[in-house]
This record gives sequence, structure tokens and C-alpha cells, in this order.
Amino acid sequence: MIFDSPALEYGALAPMLVIFGAAVIAVIVEAFASAKLRPALQLAIALGAVILSFAQVLRLRGTQTATAAVNSVVVDGPVLFMQGTILVLAFFAFLLLADTDAFAAQASAIPGSSEERAALQTGKIQTEIYPLTLFAVGGMMLFPAANDLITLFVALEVLSLPLYLMAGLSRRRRLLSQEAALKYFLLGAYSSAFFLFGAAFLYGYAGDVSLNAIHVAVSGGSSNEAFLLIGLISISVGLLFKVGAAPFHSWTPDVYQGAPTPVTAFMAAATKVAAFGAMLRIFYVALGGAVWSWKPMLTAVAILTMIVGSVIAIAQRDVKRMLAYSSIAHAGFLLTGVLALSQEGLEASLFYLATYGFSTLGAFALVTLVRDSSGEVTDLNRWVGLAKRSPGVALLFATFLLSFAGIPLTAGFIGKFTIFTAAYDSGNIAVVVAGVFSSAIAAFFYIRVVVMMFFTDAQDDTVSVTIPSLYTNLTIWIAAIATVILGVFPTPVLDAIASLAVFVR
Amino acid sequence: MTSENLVYFIALPLFSSALLMLLGRKADKWGHIFATLVSASVFVLGVMEFLAMRDRPEESRALTQKLFTWISVGSFNVDAGLLLDQLSIAFVLLITGVGTLIHIYSIAYMSHDRDRRRFFSYLNLFIAAMLLLVLGDSYLNLYVGWEGVGLASYLLIGFWNQKPEYATAAKKAFVANRVGDFGLSIAVMIAFAHFGTVSFGGIEEKVGGASETALTAMGLMLLLAATGKSAQFPLQAWLGDAMAGPTPVSALIHAATMVTAGVYLITRSNFVFDNAPNAQLAVVIIGAITLLFGAIIGTAKDDIKKALAASTMSQIGYMIMATGFGPAGYAFAIMHLLTHGFFKAGMFLGAGSVMHGMNDEVNMRRYGGLAKFMPITTITFGLGYLAIIGVPPFAGFYSKDKIIETAFNAGGVQGIIFGSTALLGAIITAFYMTRVMMMTFFGNKRWADDAHPHESPFLMWAPMAVLAIGSVASGYLLYSGKAIVKWLAPVVDKHHHEHTELLPPIVVSALAVTAVLIGVGIALAKYRGELSATAPQDVSIFTRVARRDLLQDDANEFMFMRPGQKLTEVLVKTDDKVIDGMVRGVAASTIGSARGMRKIQTGYVRNYALLILLGALAAFVAILVVTL
Repeated sequence: MIFDSPALEYGALAPMLVIFGAAVIAVIVEAFASAKLRPALQLAIALGAVILSFAQVLRLRGTQTATAAVNSVVVDGPVLFMQGTILVLAFFAFLLLADTDAFAAQASAIPGSSEERAALQTGKIQTEIYPLTLFAVGGMMLFPAANDLITLFVALEVLSLPLYLMAGLSRRRRLLSQEAALKYFLLGAYSSAFFLFGAAFLYGYAGDVSLNAIHVAVSGGSSNEAFLLIGLISISVGLLFKVGAAPFHSWTPDVYQGAPTPVTAFMAAATKVAAFGAMLRIFYVALGGAVWSWKPMLTAVAILTMIVGSVIAIAQRDVKRMLAYSSIAHAGFLLTGVLALSQEGLEASLFYLATYGFSTLGAFALVTLVRDSSGEVTDLNRWVGLAKRSPGVALLFATFLLSFAGIPLTAGFIGKFTIFTAAYDSGNIAVVVAGVFSSAIAAFFYIRVVVMMFFTDAQDDTVSVTIPSLYTNLTIWIAAIATVILGVFPTPVLDAIASLAVFVR
Repeated sequence: MTSENLVYFIALPLFSSALLMLLGRKADKWGHIFATLVSASVFVLGVMEFLAMRDRPEESRALTQKLFTWISVGSFNVDAGLLLDQLSIAFVLLITGVGTLIHIYSIAYMSHDRDRRRFFSYLNLFIAAMLLLVLGDSYLNLYVGWEGVGLASYLLIGFWNQKPEYATAAKKAFVANRVGDFGLSIAVMIAFAHFGTVSFGGIEEKVGGASETALTAMGLMLLLAATGKSAQFPLQAWLGDAMAGPTPVSALIHAATMVTAGVYLITRSNFVFDNAPNAQLAVVIIGAITLLFGAIIGTAKDDIKKALAASTMSQIGYMIMATGFGPAGYAFAIMHLLTHGFFKAGMFLGAGSVMHGMNDEVNMRRYGGLAKFMPITTITFGLGYLAIIGVPPFAGFYSKDKIIETAFNAGGVQGIIFGSTALLGAIITAFYMTRVMMMTFFGNKRWADDAHPHESPFLMWAPMAVLAIGSVASGYLLYSGKAIVKWLAPVVDKHHHEHTELLPPIVVSALAVTAVLIGVGIALAKYRGELSATAPQDVSIFTRVARRDLLQDDANEFMFMRPGQKLTEVLVKTDDKVIDGMVRGVAASTIGSARGMRKIQTGYVRNYALLILLGALAAFVAILVVTL
């Protein structure tokens, strides 16, 4: 028997290889470098890797490489755009991670134990967060690029496992944080099982795991349709869970609230890009031919998600929970782009993902600034009158909220407008009406927060806004500027997307 | 023709607004003067453009300016562009002219407010947004201004945010406007889907190729947008409550400019409505309902500002109705809009002046006999009064008379119904406005003990005087030689429709004047004598219903608020309570006492998983249903 060593197109895989390589190095650094050196060294490795990887994405920008690594990975326009977006978001997420004292001194110490106190007193700082995040970033980059179900599953796990851990690393309110992590892990595992179950059925249907082969089988339409339907639904459940669509959304508020805020920022922004990337690929590339079967189901999910997200957000009193429900609503808006199943739908989804990522990152970064003596203050009632004391912070937060609400001259408006137009063009009027309607509801609670900050007088003055460090400041400002620029001059980015966005089979 | 100057209309007030905001307290000393000067200079700019436009031949009067390419995806292009034509210049002059007068008035009116600079910054922001609304060359650019005026009015209504009812008022205005905006966004999408463009010019060119269904749908959505912004039935409820804001704001936003945006929108979209007769009929019906609705509410209000707000609602009903009559009505709608801008803004400022002299009292039952103490206010308000009820030759006579005439001329049974509605509205208008006049300026004194009425300072009465002159003369100036009809024809009546006449104009005028006399007569008979300082309680059911705004809040609460709250409650409960309630019960019985949060949380997960499973099963069922 002769074994051919598989051909690996290192050039095309370079963006991901850099990140994974850096993650491995970061693990070694974690083991051998002295505690003093570690934080700076880890940050340098992480940022360096992200920049290098981004350079590789830019290098690949023009090339028309199709598949790599024995057909298991695709490098095409949408993938490169999403990888680039994930890298930019990751860059700023690392700045946020570096900046705060948000993480437990020693994650393994039981909350409230003497061990924990000792760790706090000696001023221990754990830096495992860097390699974990790097692995997650690598998984996220692989997720939308995966061209067969096995790679897809591996990527899903590579991106998820570090996130489960990261969610549990909060320095304060550790019980809440650990619960969030465990909950996320259990439900994640559960949904992964659905995903794997679906993958098995799709394999049974097509006789192959590659998305292209599934596409061919679907177009042929010969095999056992029950296998296709069961596979399709199960795999959708796995993906819908990751993007936080109703009724698979219930983990989102708890996890967003419990996780350390910088991790939430990263998770909310980058995971959504990766998960929607994979979802777009599966539905556009592999299952496009079976649109008749999944469109009604996905339409229902999209409408339910938009309404659940927007309506329940009204009742939230915690800023992180509110942003979590808002992210659920946005998942619904993004699903309308998946449903459009057209070139415009793809372009609009990519743009929406980028804008949403920036605004989310910025909004969560701002949450880290509003504090009292015991840490971040997430109770919205205590944000009342914030503008009186910190007009700058309030104004920036208002910018992000207005973008979420889709008010013109912010990125959110262009995103919503293009994605709804694409959906309308595809003839899916119900989802557009539901979308515009729930945006109207959603605008209500976003603007209510703006009103609370600006027009209501504060009752207590215990909340203060810490002066942001350079890192956080940079993140917030870049996110805000991007939010406004993409709202006023979206054309260059839209053009870039239009020139890139063709899925390669 | 293209122009490079249009952008200054928006840039100047926007810059001034931002400057005053950024400088903060440093600009307290001169901020109000600066903002007023900026507003005045934009007005001068508008006058210059108007004179230049008048001198150009008809076909090259419209000016355009492309600012930059805003959105460009594939075949879809939207430029951020401005368009100044015969229709928009009318609005530009109204907005900046009345706007400047209100700036001047506010210098005195707000002189005791320590946040006066911030108020002026918002005023400039509003001017910028309103100008963008009327200058945008596409629905999308209009939408930016549309949201902008919403934001600015929200800021201005909520300006005195110490009192809780102001927050509620702002909220109600916000909700109504969101519903309207929903209509506008759908209309924009329909436009894009059917025409591939959202610019006014582009759609007008392609309008012939679209199906009537699409145009009707678009027209109805535009009408929904108009009802939200212009406080028309069924989204009218917010206007009365918005009176909680400072009075100059009511004069500017809720009388002269923002609330008329709906009239602008429909007039601007004439190419859509002219090809969608069903949508036009809907426009007329909404206008007719609102003009009666507002007028009836106006008869029962004791709060002077709310009475004027109800009147505004009713007068805009006239305008909306006129736009529904197509090319025959657009010019008269705009004419009434302009004259209304003068007399209603003047009366609001007059009301502000009265409140200024009466310790911010708004209840007309605590006024009475003020004519002796506030002569200038009485005269300017009185001229506005004569204009609004339509006494010839004051401004309102010309504009309202023409709308009534157009209604009758619509033909058939419809024409008679709508014409009679408009006449009935005129009777009621005369009645409630006479009531306001009598209760405020004449009759017995019913003041509070500490009231010392006095005339307002020069800076306040001067703008009122200017507006009063407008209330007297604007109608004649606009109508003599059919000036406004000819001026607007290139925009709204390109094909020079011949308009039929059911009744000769002189008969309609006679009817209208008779209507006014009837209304005034009834009001004089009722409100001539001594009035009590409190509202009588032993009144008929009709009065009670009218006092409660014809049950508009009850209807809203019953139809929207309660179900909305219920829905939120139910969803939150299913999300948080039902599912973990189940678990909590189980946890409590098996573990005994749920001591740590962790124990409950374990249950949460189980139930979240259950939800996921149910969701997956539902998806299976859905697909089975579809495929079988």
C-alpha cells in the first residue's frame, strides 16, 4: 500500500497557521516564562500573530485560490473577508483582555477559599486567557472556511472549548461566572451532539462529507429525502444554537452576563461572525438546492428570534443582559440575510456582521468602564444620569446604541437597510415586515437607555466612570469611529465586499 | 442645474449646534446670539436662492448638488444629494424664517434658564435636520432628516426633564413616530424593489412601468409615515402631550414645521399618489377624519396649548385632505401649510407670552380679561385668530376656502361628503378659536391670587408682530394671480390638469364665511358671560368624551399598550419563570431547600436543553408539514 502525503497549500492556509502556531507558542510561554514577563510577552505574541495573520489575509485578497488541504478548506472572498473581520475584532479584543483586571487571579481556586485570597494578595495574574483566545480565534477562522462536515465540526469544537473556559474566568461574582461557563459548556455539548447527528445523516444522504458533494446530491434529488431533512434540521439546530437564535437562545443572556465583560465582547462580536459565516456557507453552498424544505422553518426561526430578542430586551434591567437580548435580535436580522439566498443577501450579511461586530465590541468595552467600589456596574438603573458626570462615555455609548437601533448615519442603518432590501428582493416579505417591526420595538429600548443617561437625573452618585487606559480607549474610539464612518461612507467597504463575495464550491 | 451652495443650508446650523454643544458652558454668554445669527443667515441664504430661482426660466429652476456617493452596491446606488426646487424653497423659507423668529423669541423666553445655550444648540440641530428633510433628493436622504427631526424634537420636548410627565410625553411621541417610520422604511424598500432606485427623480421617470398594486402599497406606507409625523388619525395621540415642552418649541415644531413633514412627504410623492387612486382616497379619508377629530377635541380643552395643538391637528387634516385630491389640491395644501405656519406659530408664541405673564399658568379658566393688560399679545393673537377661522381677507380665508372648494370639486357623492366635512370643520374651528379668544382675553378675571399679568418684552412681541403681519397678508400674496399654483405647477402638476368645478368659487366662499359666522355666533352666545374658574363637571357625555381626547388614549391603551405589555410579560415569563419555575419546584422538593444558586442553575440548564429539544422537534414538525 502506498500512502501519498496530502498536499497542503501552506500559502492559502497561512492566516490560520499563524494563529494556531502562535497559540502553541503561547502555551509554551505560559509554561516556561517567568510570571513577571508573561503578561507583556503574551500580549506581544497575540497581537503580533493577529497582525501577521491579517497581513496574510491581505496578501491572499486578490488570489482566486479555491480549495486547500485536500479539499477540506476553502479560501474564497467571503472567507477572507470574515477572517479579516475576525482578526480585526480579535486585535481589539486582545487590547481589552490586556487592560482590565477582569480575570480571576487563579481560576482553579474555589470562590471564597483561602487559596483565592492568597492568590489575590500575592497579586497573581493569570495569562492563560491569551492562548485560549488564540485557539478560539483560530477555530473561528476555520469555521467559515471549512468545506466538509468533519472540518466544520472540528472548527466548531476548537472555537467553542476555549470560550467555555474563558466564560468562567471572571474575577468578581465568580459563582455567576462559573455557572455561566458550565451552562455554556453543557448546552454547547448538547448542541454539538445535534450538529454531529445531522452531519452523520447528511453523510448518509450524500455518501460524502464534502459540502460540494452534498450540493450535487441535493441537485440530483435521488437519494432518501428523509435523511436529508433530518440531517438538515439537526445541523441547523447546532448552528442556530451558536448564533443564539430563538428558541435555542436561552444560554445567551446568562452567559453574556456571567462571563468577564472583555470575554463577552469578544464572544458576542467574533463568534457571531464565525457562526454566521459557516451558516451562510452551508445554506448557500450545500443546501441551496433544498431551499423549499428549510425556508419556512428558517423564516419562522428568524421571525421568532427577532421578536423574542426585541421584546424581552425591553424588560431587562441589566445592561449586559440587555445587550445579550439585543444580540439575539440581531441574530434574527442576520437570518433574513441567510434566507435571501442571493448574492445581495450574502453581501449584506457580510457587511452587517462587520458593523455589528464593531458596535458590539465597543458597547461591551464601555461597560467595563462604569464601575463602583465592587467592580462593574451593570444595573441599568444606576446608569441613570450618566451623561451629567461623563458626557463623553454617555455619548459614545449612545452612538453604539443608535447603531444597534438602525438610526441613519450609523453603520447599523446601512446594515439593516441592505439586509432587509436583499430579503425584500428575494420576495420574503413576511420576514421583512417582522424585521422592520421588531427594529421599531428594539429602537424603543435602545433609546430608552439613551434617555436614561441623558435626560434623567441620577439618584445616587456611587457609580463612577474609570478613566480608560490607552488600550480600552483605543478600542472604544476605533469602534465608534468605524460605526459612524460605515454609516456615512459605507461605499468602500460595500464595494470591497461586492468584489470579494462569491462562495467557491 | 447643479449648485455648490446647497450644502450650507444644512452645514451651517449643524456646525453651530455642534459648536455650542462642544464648547459647553464656555459658550453660555453668547451661544443664543450665535445660534440666532446662524439661523438668520440661513434664512438670508434662502431668500437669495429664492430670488435667483425666480429669475430663472421655469425648466431650470431646480438646483441639485451631489455631496458624495453614500451607498453603492451593485446596481443599487444612493448619492447623498440635495435638491432645491420650487417645493423645497417654500419650505426652506418657512423653516428658516419662522425658525429665526422663534430663535429671537426664545432669547427672552428662555432667559432665566441656565441651560439656554443647550436649548439653542438643539434648536439649530432641529433646523439642520428639517432642512435636510426637505432638501434630500431621495427617500433615503429624506429618511435621514426624518429621523433627525425626530431626535431633535425628542431632545426639545424633553428639555425640561425635571417633571416626570415630560418623559412620558416624549415616550409617546417616540412610539407614534416609530410606527410612522416603520411605514417609511417599508415604502423605501418597495420603491427600491420596484424601481431599483430611491431618488425622487429616478422613481418619477419609471413610475409608469410599475403596477398599481405596488404604487398603492407604497402610497399607503407613505401615508402611514405621514400620519405618524403629522399627528394624523390614528397616530395623533402624541401631539397634545408633546405640549409639555417649552412653548417656542411647540410653535416651531408642533405648528410650523415638523408636523407638516407628512404634507411635504405626500406632496413630494405626488408621482406615486397620482397613479394610485385608492391610496389617494385613503389620504383624503384620513385627512377628513383628523380635521373633525382635532376640531372636536379643540372645543373641550381648557389648556391653551392643548387647544392650539388640537387645532394644529385639525388644520393639518385639511392639508392632508387637500393633498389627497391630487394635482388640484397640492398647491392649496402647501398654501395652507405656509399660512398656517404664520398664524399658528404666532398664536403659540402668543400663548407663550400669556403664560409668561401669568406664572406659566396654562388653564384658560384661570385667564380672562387679559386684553387690557397685554394689548400687543391680544392684537397679534387676534390677527392670528381671524386668519385661522378664515375671515376674509386674512390669510386663512384664502387657503382654507380653496381647500373646501377643491373638496367640493372632487365630484360625485365623495365631493359632497368631503366638502361638507370641510365646511363642518370650519364651523367648529370658528367655535373653538372664538372660545379660546373669549376665555383668554375677554370676560371676567379668574386669575390665581399671585398673578400679575404684564406685557412681554420687546424680543418676545416683535416676532409675534412679524408673524401677525404674515397672518394678515400671506394669503393674499400667495393667492393673487394664482401665484402659488403657478409656482408649484412644475413640481406637482406637470401635465396641467383641467380642474372641474362643481360650485362656483363665490358660492363656496359664501358658504365658508357663513360657516365662520355660525361658529363664532355659537361661541359668543356660550362664552360671553361670566365663567367659573373651574371646569363644570355636570356636562354631557359628549363633552366628557371630547375632554378625554375622544378616548384616543383609552383606545391606544386598549388596543396597543395592554396587549404589548401582556406580550412582553408572557414572553419574559416563559423565558424566565415558567421554565425555571418548574425546575425550582422540582429542586425545592427533592433537594429540600435550594440553598446555593448553583443548584437552581443546574436545573436551568436542563430546562434550557429541554427548550432546545422542543425547538428542534418543532422544526422537524415544520419541515414535515412543508414537505408532506
